[in-house]
Amino acid sequence: MIEAAVPTQSATPDRMPATEFDAEVLCNDPVNEEYNLMAVSVPERATGAVPGQFFHLLCPQKDALQPFFRRPMSVYRIEPEARRLSFLYKVTGTGTRAMAAMKAGETFNMLGPLGIGFSLPADAAPIVVLARGVGLATMAPLIPFARSRGHRVTAILSARTPDLLMSVDEMRRDGADVLTVTDLQGTSDVEIVEDMLHMLYGKLRLGGVYVCGSNRLMLAAQRVARRLDLFGEVALEQQMACGLGMCFCCVRPFREDDGVVHRRVCREGPVFPLLEAMQW
Amino acid sequence: MVDLSVDCGGLRLANPVMPASGTFSHELADIIDFDRLGALVTKTITPERRLGNPTPRVAEVSGGMLNSIGIPSKGAAQFVAEVIPLYAAFTAPLIVSISANTPDEFAELCRKVTVPGVAAIEVNISCPNLEDDGRAFAMRPHTTLQVMQKLRAATDLPLWAKLTPNTGEIPEVAAAAEAGGADALVVANTILAMSVDIRTRRPTLGKVMGGLSGPAVKPIVLRMAYQCVRSVGIPVIGCGGIMTAEDAVEYLFVGCQAVQVGTATFLHAGAMLDVIDGLEAFCRDAGIERVSEIIGTLSSSAEDGGMVWEAIA
Repeated sequence: MIEAAVPTQSATPDRMPATEFDAEVLCNDPVNEEYNLMAVSVPERATGAVPGQFFHLLCPQKDALQPFFRRPMSVYRIEPEARRLSFLYKVTGTGTRAMAAMKAGETFNMLGPLGIGFSLPADAAPIVVLARGVGLATMAPLIPFARSRGHRVTAILSARTPDLLMSVDEMRRDGADVLTVTDLQGTSDVEIVEDMLHMLYGKLRLGGVYVCGSNRLMLAAQRVARRLDLFGEVALEQQMACGLGMCFCCVRPFREDDGVVHRRVCREGPVFPLLEAMQW
Repeated sequence: MVDLSVDCGGLRLANPVMPASGTFSHELADIIDFDRLGALVTKTITPERRLGNPTPRVAEVSGGMLNSIGIPSKGAAQFVAEVIPLYAAFTAPLIVSISANTPDEFAELCRKVTVPGVAAIEVNISCPNLEDDGRAFAMRPHTTLQVMQKLRAATDLPLWAKLTPNTGEIPEVAAAAEAGGADALVVANTILAMSVDIRTRRPTLGKVMGGLSGPAVKPIVLRMAYQCVRSVGIPVIGCGGIMTAEDAVEYLFVGCQAVQVGTATFLHAGAMLDVIDGLEAFCRDAGIERVSEIIGTLSSSAEDGGMVWEAIA
C-alpha cells in the first residue's frame, strides 16, 4: 500500500442508488467568458449526492447540436433543503453548448448520483484543497462538507488570469481560507505551490490534500504527500459513455502494488487515492 | 395480459428482450430489475487477462457511437470464480459471451465456461482469428464452420453464434454457423468504422478504427437479420440500433425470435425495460395475445402505391 493514511470518514459510506430523473432548470447563466453556472430543481433523493460524485446529463438535442451520449458532470453545489443542485461547467463541445442553450423552466434528464466521492482524514485534521479550471467545480462542495465536520480548510485556487478565478467569495463564505495563484501574476508555478503546501503543513499540521484540474498540480501534490506522508485524494476526469461501469470507456491507469492497473473513473472513481493516480 | 415468452436457441425466455454483450454488467442491477429481462448476457471474456485498447475508446457520431474498447478481460478462471456467481441471484438465464484468438483456444474456453449457472454460451466469432491473418472468424463461411464445429464438440450448452456485419457473405456465414452446430445466431456485432476530429486532424479513437453501433446501424443490421432468417432454420436474435419497442417490432416482423439492446442502455439505463413494456403495449393494442404470433409476419412486398412518410397534400 502506498496510501499514507486511512481515512475514517468516507463521503460515500454506502453507494446511494442512482436514479434517472427529470430536473427543472432554475437558472443557467455565464460566470465569465468560459464558464456557466446552472441550478436545477431535483427530486429529494438526488440531493443525497456527496462532494466528488457526479451526475450523467442527457444534454438536449437541438438544432445543429446533437450530442449522442450523456455528459458526466461533478456536482458543484448541493442544497438538500431547497432540493437544488448546481453545476459549474466550461462551455466547450457539443454537449456543453447544448446545455448552455437551456433556459429556466426547461427539463433536463439526469442520472445519478454516481461514483465515489471524497473521504476526510481522521480527527477533524485541517485539509488543503488545490483546484484549477474545471477542478474548481469538483472541489467547491468539499469545502462546506469538510467545514461541517470540523475540518479547517485552506483552498489554493489556480487560474491563467485573475479574471478566470471563480468561487473565491463563495469558498470564503463557506469558511475556507482562500489563496489564489495565477499564471499572469507568475504565482502559479508548481514550485511556489509546493512551497505553499509545505508552509501550510508546518503551520497547521495538515491531515489531507485534495487536488483536481491540472496534471502539474496533481504531481506537485503527490510529491508533497509522499514527502510528508500525507493522506490525499485526486478527482479525475475522463470521457464516459454509460457512466455506470458497463462499457469500460473511461478507464485510467493506476499504480497498484508493483504493476499498472486500469480502473474505471465512473465506478472506482472519480475520486482516487492521490498517490495511485498516474496522470490527471 | 400479453404472453411475451419466446423459444430461443434452446431456451425458453420470459420475454424476447436481453442486453447486447459489452453494454451490460452486474452494476446495472443497482438501477434496474434484472428479473424483468428475458436473459442476461455478460461482456465477452477471453482465455487470458487483457487490458484492452488505448483511450479514447469511445466516440460519438451522428446517430450512434464508435467503440474500440478492446475486450478488457479478467481471464477465464477469475470470471468463473467471481463473476458467474454474481448472477445466481437472478431468475433470467445467464448467457456467457466468449472469444479467443484461435479455434482451439476458443473451444478450450468454451469448455471452461460450461459450468452450473450458465444457460447458454454466446460465441463472439466476430473477433480476429490469428490463424487467418486476423480476419474475423465470421467473415467467411469456411472459418465459421471450422470454429463452430470445434465449439460444438466442446459443450452441450446451447451455442449462440454472434456474427459480424463486416462481411459480404452474411447468408453463407449464417448457414455455415448452423451447419457447425449453432443453436441460434446473434445478428450482429458492430460495423467497422472511424471518425476524425477536424480541429486536431486526429482520429477520434485511440485505436483509429472501431465498431459503429446505435440507431445509425439499424437499417443495415435489420437487412442482415432478414437475410439470415431466410437462410437458416435456427432462431435469429436481432441486435443493432434498437432504441425503442418499435425498433424491436421491426426485428420480430422480419423473423427474429428475440432482440438484444445495447447502445440504448448507455443513454437510458432502463431502455430494455421500456422496450419490454412497449412490446407488451404494441401487442395489446393490436389485440395479439402472444408476442410469438408476430414473429416473421412481414408481408412479402411494400404497400402498392403506399406512402410511408408524409407526402405532399
